[in-house]
Parts: sequence; structure tokens; C-alpha cells
Amino acid sequence: MARARRIEILVGVFMLAGCLALFFLAMKVSNLGVAATGDGYRLTARFDNVGSLKVRAPVSMAGVRIGRVEGIGFDKETYQAVVTLHVDRQFDTIPVDSFASIFTAGLLGEQYVSLDPGGEEEFLRDGGQIGHTQSALVLEQLVGQLLFSKAEEGSE
Amino acid sequence: MLKTLAGLGRGGLQALECLGRAHLLLVGILGGLPDLLMRPRPLVLQIHDIGVRSVLIVAVSGLFVGMVLGLQGHHVLSAFGAEESLGLMVATSLVRELGPVVTALLVAGRAGSALTAEIGLMKATDQLSALEMMAVDPVRRVLTPRFFGGLVAMPLLAAMFSTVGVMGGWFVGVGLLGVDDGAFWSQMQFGIDWDGDLRGGIVKSLVFGVLVSWIALFQGYDALPTSYGVSRATTRSVVHSALAVLGLDFVLTALMFGE
Repeated sequence: MARARRIEILVGVFMLAGCLALFFLAMKVSNLGVAATGDGYRLTARFDNVGSLKVRAPVSMAGVRIGRVEGIGFDKETYQAVVTLHVDRQFDTIPVDSFASIFTAGLLGEQYVSLDPGGEEEFLRDGGQIGHTQSALVLEQLVGQLLFSKAEEGSE
Repeated sequence: MLKTLAGLGRGGLQALECLGRAHLLLVGILGGLPDLLMRPRPLVLQIHDIGVRSVLIVAVSGLFVGMVLGLQGHHVLSAFGAEESLGLMVATSLVRELGPVVTALLVAGRAGSALTAEIGLMKATDQLSALEMMAVDPVRRVLTPRFFGGLVAMPLLAAMFSTVGVMGGWFVGVGLLGVDDGAFWSQMQFGIDWDGDLRGGIVKSLVFGVLVSWIALFQGYDALPTSYGVSRATTRSVVHSALAVLGLDFVLTALMFGE
């Protein structure tokens, strides 16, 4: 009887340890703990070019992560990319004339959306649209422009 | 010429027959699930045998795999000045691949072989026939708890393996090689996705749990009832489990993580 009881306790400890390990992986290792806040509001921004921006990329303001990219769509009327941003509820004081740009983290890093606050007193609400945007820098375009300007210098 | 063809055909037919018997056995095993849920006592015993007793080897392997990943990863990443990504590298390889696969291989060697030998000897010593004599279905009574014991234990063991591995990587990276503690965890959390990476790993270890217990039980149940037959079956159980796990891992990875 004592042995059977011991086995039951050991199995209980085993199950508990396994679940704790899963919990650790979910909260500490994966982004579930970070993104689990869930509560927030949506903004949209139109870009001429989003480069290689991906869904779930971070949205940051002054370098601090305040949300994530929820969706990237294409507007066939204006030929622009429509990026839906999910911003955490606590950051609800983004001025309506804020500026959204797509930057790259590091030289080869992932692309993210950076918001620069404007000066208006009015704040963006759920469903609001960010008017001023700056597209992602595409390396090939930069190289092309550089070559072009060099060629112009040479012809003069 | 004809003889070779006939031999080939016979081999193929035998393999198919074997596969058919294995599936019939699986159906029988699954049929015992309602009974098992009504009386979960044997399941607890099997989780103890397969799961609890494998914790030590799984945890120690996980620790050392994580520490080696930390060392080797640091070596490669420091060449690019990207030591901060060490946590991401260690955790991704553990959660996606090494956790489920190495755990499955360890369980196949540590518990699967024991299952095969146990069932094979039960058959060789006519214990299974004796159960049938008493109108007890040996598949439902003996095999079903072992199968589900393995199925329950595998994901938990894999999660422990990954967790201990991440800690081993953290110990080497942050403790010994001086990677920044905050960057180690934040890069990890930034790069690892609950939906894709973690759930994919859990699905993998569940599939491997089914595979390893199924192969081990089938090899034992199908063994020739002699000492030679049992030893052959035990060897085959480990070899087939390892091959099936590695092969299926490729397919699952291509399905879940491939673009």
C-alpha cells in the first residue's frame, strides 16, 4: 500500500514538473508572456513599400515595444500596402499627426515599425489611421540611386 | 532471375502483412481506452515506469545538450558579433527539434526496449495466453495502459528536456561566456513563437509518443515466443523506433515549419 502510494505521488510530481516545464517554455522562452496582454487597439498605416516587414513584427516608439504588426494588406486602388498595427491599451496617447516609418533592426535584422509622436493634442483612437509614413529602405533602390547619381556626376 | 523476383515479392508481402498486423493491434489498443479511463490505476503505474523513471536520463541529456549548444553557438555567433542571439539559437533548436527528437530516442532506448522485452517474455511464457484463458483481453488489459502511458509521458519529458536545455545554455552563455542576461532572454522571447514553434514541438512529441510506444508494443506482441525471438524483437524495437522518429521528424518539420 505504501509503495502504491509512493508511485502515485511520484507520478503526480512528474506530471506537475512536466506542466511546469511547459509553462516555463510558454512564458519565459516564447513570446506568449509578452504578447498575451492581447488587450489593445488597432491603427492602420499606408506605406508605399513595406520591404520585408512581417506580421507580428514589433511596433516601437522611442525604441520601446508598444505593440505588434497584426496584418499587412494591399490596397488595389492606391497601390499601397495597408499595415494594421495592434497597440497595447496602456499606450493610448499617440498624437493624430504621428509619423510611422519602417526601420531595420541592426544591419541584417528584422524590420519593424517605428512611431514618432507628433505635436497634436488629439490622440489616435481604435481604427485610426496614421497619415504620415515613410517606406522601408530597399537596398537595391539605394544602390540604384547611388549608381545613377555617380553616373550623372561623371557625365558633367 | 525469377527466384530473385519471387524473393522480392515475398519480402514485400511480408512487410505489408506486418504493417497490417501492427494496425490491427493499434485498433485493439485504442479500443481499450474507455476501460482504461474508467480504471486509470494501471495508467498511473505505466506513467511511473515510462515517464518518472526516464526523468533522470532526459534531464541530464537535456542539460548537456543545452550546454554544448551554448558553447558551439557562441563560437559561431561571436564571429558575426551576434552573441546576444545565443538564447534564441539555443531555444529554437531545443524547442523545435532536439527536445522532441532526442527525448523520443532516449525513451525508445530506455523504456521502449523494456516494453518490448516485457511483452515478448509474457508471450514466450504464455502469460498472454493465460489471460485469454481467463477471458481477459490481453491487448486491452496489458497493452493499452502501456501505450497511453508512453503517449502521456513523452510530451512532458520533451518539455522538461527543452527547459533544462535552455537553462544549460543560459548557464554556459550567461554564466561562463559573459553574454548579457537580458539580451539572452529577450532575444529568445522575441524570436520564439508560441503558435508556431512551441506548439509544433508539442505536436511532434505527441506523434513520437504514439510511434515509440506503438512500435515497442507491436514488436513485443509480434515476437517469436523464444529467447532468440525476444532478443531480436528488442533490437528491432529500438532500431525501428529510431528510424521512424528521425524519418517522421523530417516530414513533420517540412509540414509545420517549411515555407
